[in-house]
Amino acid sequence: MARAATTADAFNAVAEPRRRQILDVLASGERPVNDLVLQLGLAQPQVSKHLRVLREVGAVDVRESGRQRLYRLNGNALKPIHDWVKEYERTWSERFDQLDVVLEDLMEKEEDDGNDD
Amino acid sequence: MAMTTSGTATVTLPTDTQILITREFAAPRHMVYKAWTTPELVQRWWHANRGEMAACEIDLRVGGMWRYVMVTPDGLEVAFHGEYREIVPNERLVSTEVFEGIPDAEEHAALDTLTLTEMDGRTTVTVLVEHPTKEGRDMHINSGMEDGMQDAMDLLEQVAVSLG
Repeated sequence: MARAATTADAFNAVAEPRRRQILDVLASGERPVNDLVLQLGLAQPQVSKHLRVLREVGAVDVRESGRQRLYRLNGNALKPIHDWVKEYERTWSERFDQLDVVLEDLMEKEEDDGNDD
Repeated sequence: MAMTTSGTATVTLPTDTQILITREFAAPRHMVYKAWTTPELVQRWWHANRGEMAACEIDLRVGGMWRYVMVTPDGLEVAFHGEYREIVPNERLVSTEVFEGIPDAEEHAALDTLTLTEMDGRTTVTVLVEHPTKEGRDMHINSGMEDGMQDAMDLLEQVAVSLG
């Protein structure tokens, strides 16, 4: 299947397992790059490279704090992915709303029929 | 596990290859089972208001086949089929599920397990969809929607929480 080479959207940015690990760590709070290096057991240049991709799609923000740069998760950039699963959920919700109606009919019918089966 | 809100299906991604759908119904489970396995009844709910059912075949025995076809208002045909693997009436139904709209559909067959649990006349329905690969799962979630979003992620649940 044809795949876009670009990493410039959230879907591609999170397709890489290491980048998901970084997001996992950042989900619990803001971190300097050294923390991420320790937690992931990767070399700093690799972590920096992943952070750059995540920053490009806006999934991660950075701010200066004294001599440190602190990275944090920006959930809004990942919203397209969230919305995507939500759409699947909506389909099932509407399907089940219809099933509710069918079940109501069955309940009424069973009451009418009594115990004759 | 958190309770499902009535009227809303809860979808989670327990692992890279699974989709779990949960919902509670105000009916005993033998009725839910009947609505789930009787073609005339399935035709009334499976379309999810996204089209009309053009076919609904159910051969409810181990090794028997099922096939559902829906046609959307703009003429798109969405078809699924599978084979029943395990049948415990009113309790549990295991079948394969093939989405016919993807390349090499049979290779991407999922295994669906329907479980019905009754308490105080109400039934909790869980549907566990297990794909052989993560790509298969992502295509499944994407079925009937726009292309180009095949890379979902297991992080989703935490992220969803972070969105508030």
